[in-house]
Amino acid sequence: MNKIKKSAYAGTLESSDAFVQIEPIEEDEIRVELTSSVEEMYGDDIRELIKSVIKELSISYISVKVQDKGALDYVIKARLQAAILRANEDEKINWDKL
Amino acid sequence: MKLRRSMLFVPGSNTSMVCNAFVYRADTVMFDLEDSVAISEKDSARLMVYHALQHFTYEDVETAVRVNPLHSIYGLLDLEAVIRAGVDIIRLPKTDTVEDVLDMQEVIEKIEFKIGTNKKTKLLAAIESAQGVVNAVDIARCSDRLMGIALGAEDFVRDLHTQRTKAGSELMAARAQILLAARAAKIHAFDSVFSDVRDKEGFAREAKYIKDLGFDGKSLINPNQISVLHKIFAPSRDDVEWALDVIEATDNAKEKGLGVVSIDGKMVDAPIVARAQWTLELAKASGMLGGDE
Repeated sequence: MNKIKKSAYAGTLESSDAFVQIEPIEEDEIRVELTSSVEEMYGDDIRELIKSVIKELSISYISVKVQDKGALDYVIKARLQAAILRANEDEKINWDKL
Repeated sequence: MKLRRSMLFVPGSNTSMVCNAFVYRADTVMFDLEDSVAISEKDSARLMVYHALQHFTYEDVETAVRVNPLHSIYGLLDLEAVIRAGVDIIRLPKTDTVEDVLDMQEVIEKIEFKIGTNKKTKLLAAIESAQGVVNAVDIARCSDRLMGIALGAEDFVRDLHTQRTKAGSELMAARAQILLAARAAKIHAFDSVFSDVRDKEGFAREAKYIKDLGFDGKSLINPNQISVLHKIFAPSRDDVEWALDVIEATDNAKEKGLGVVSIDGKMVDAPIVARAQWTLELAKASGMLGGDE
């Protein structure tokens, strides 16, 4: 499992979007903090989605804060991936993993 | 020929528009990764469009992406993303020469080969300069992937040292050249956006004008313009009745083994039949024959 290099963010607080902030932590875990306008109905699903996107990129030692404004799954995925690519300053993207 | 009256521009950085654009029923949804996206958001817009293109909501919608130029650091990354995601059409920004199209085609072919897709991504060249207009005839003929050429008026008028007017006289030469080049190459011709979204009458006037010139459709920046445009492109009831008569007469003639048909004393030949078929396609799409709208 890999660490991200630095803190980063992606997204907006506009309706249908999500604002994602990530930072490296010392513990080998994926720490998720979610606030969502649809928490009651979909909170667990969104947390599961966040973890699966991060695992897919073989990343751990990460804290993720997501403010969801009613975003579709693929929006959260895109914002999370953008934040991780920014944190790692990745120029070469492995599209098969996204 | 596929119906392409409306091509709705959707900024790749506008999440709400990206997620919802499919509901407006434009003939083509065009995600933009170029001018409408700030430099700081190029990466996130690319990812957003990459995922949107694969979402089921865009399964039955024709999609295009305006990518950044190949000479920028974003162009190749944009292509890598959206071709993998299965986009139907790549809109080339600022096409000045045949080489611009062929260079883009070469990169697309390499990516398609690398990912092992059988899909042949189509191209749409945006003509946005005097040089592009002068070369439009060669550009329109240079690639079998090219499905159309489009006028990009904002950059074009700047290049011409003038500005856009409601009358549109500054675009007269470019529109004529682009239309003729497209027709000679048997590809689509698209008119530029009408930027003043508050001026509904001005938009309708311009849409009617470019339809009468012969353009297939128009790029749009606001979903509210779609229904206005589709109404303008809808055939009249008389046109539809005439088209139905033509098709019925030719079908009857075929059954009877007759080579020549006439309606009201006028001979019906292949171009007339083609125009009748096209009129019925438009009528279907406009909801006049139990079609889509």
